Amino acid sequence: MQRIVIAAISGGLFGAGLLVSGMTDTTKVQGWLDIFGAWDPTLAFVLGGAILPMLLAWHMTTKRAHALVGEPFPAKPDPRLGHNLVLGSVLFGMGWGLVGLCPGPAIASLSWGGAGGIAFILSMIAGMLIAPPIRQRIDQLAAL
Amino acid sequence: MIETDWIWGLVGGLMIGTAAAIFLLGNGRIMGASGMIGGLVDRSGLGNWAERVAFLAALVVVPALMLPLYNVEVSTNITSNLGIIIAGGLLVGIGTRLANGCTSGHGVCGISRFSLRGIVATVFYLLAGGIAMVLFRHLLGVI
Repeated sequence: MQRIVIAAISGGLFGAGLLVSGMTDTTKVQGWLDIFGAWDPTLAFVLGGAILPMLLAWHMTTKRAHALVGEPFPAKPDPRLGHNLVLGSVLFGMGWGLVGLCPGPAIASLSWGGAGGIAFILSMIAGMLIAPPIRQRIDQLAAL
Repeated sequence: MIETDWIWGLVGGLMIGTAAAIFLLGNGRIMGASGMIGGLVDRSGLGNWAERVAFLAALVVVPALMLPLYNVEVSTNITSNLGIIIAGGLLVGIGTRLANGCTSGHGVCGISRFSLRGIVATVFYLLAGGIAMVLFRHLLGVI
């Protein structure tokens, strides 16, 4: 139960932050990415502001044995980069630029995003469903 | 950009980072939006489905409850071009699952940990987003 309450508090605050920061507005995201247009630096403040509490949080994980619910803290990820990380990030960035939504803001704006927002979420879910076989195919090609 | 936008960006950013900090210190997990959804979609994360559903439900409900605080109509200003929406959604879905993360997981949680993977992912999706704007807005004029 505790885990679920913590997850809800975190998700709610995340959603509130996305709305307050303006990141659910596709024109602000595209304005940041469009350096040759009317450039909008807001996203840099959002990312910078979000990293600050997390710097502290990661530091605190070194002082504690485990998380509040007793779970261990996430292990350091595999340092190897790999083709999927790069290729996936490029594909994600392309889609992000095209529409101006990434997964968090797409979900957060569900209640006011209209049919377009729902179409985006459904397409994103479809993409997530076909990702595993695509990954398999890419890995096969990379192993050649 | 309206002059106070950066302040709201910073305030909202601090809220996003605090949300990620609560999830990390509370549940011992990384707050990544694409992973949270993806684990339910491809069933790889059904082991803690209730936590994921609670996170996503609050992610939808809390900003919805805040809408009356705004005097102006809140809008995503999303394109009306359905083809672009579908293409963008598919790319975001496939890309974030291949890369194992998006702006929240790799960007917020990864960079703050000085994770090379998070930093490299962020550099590539920012570059790709910038190239998408040049290509689809300035050269092709479709967005």
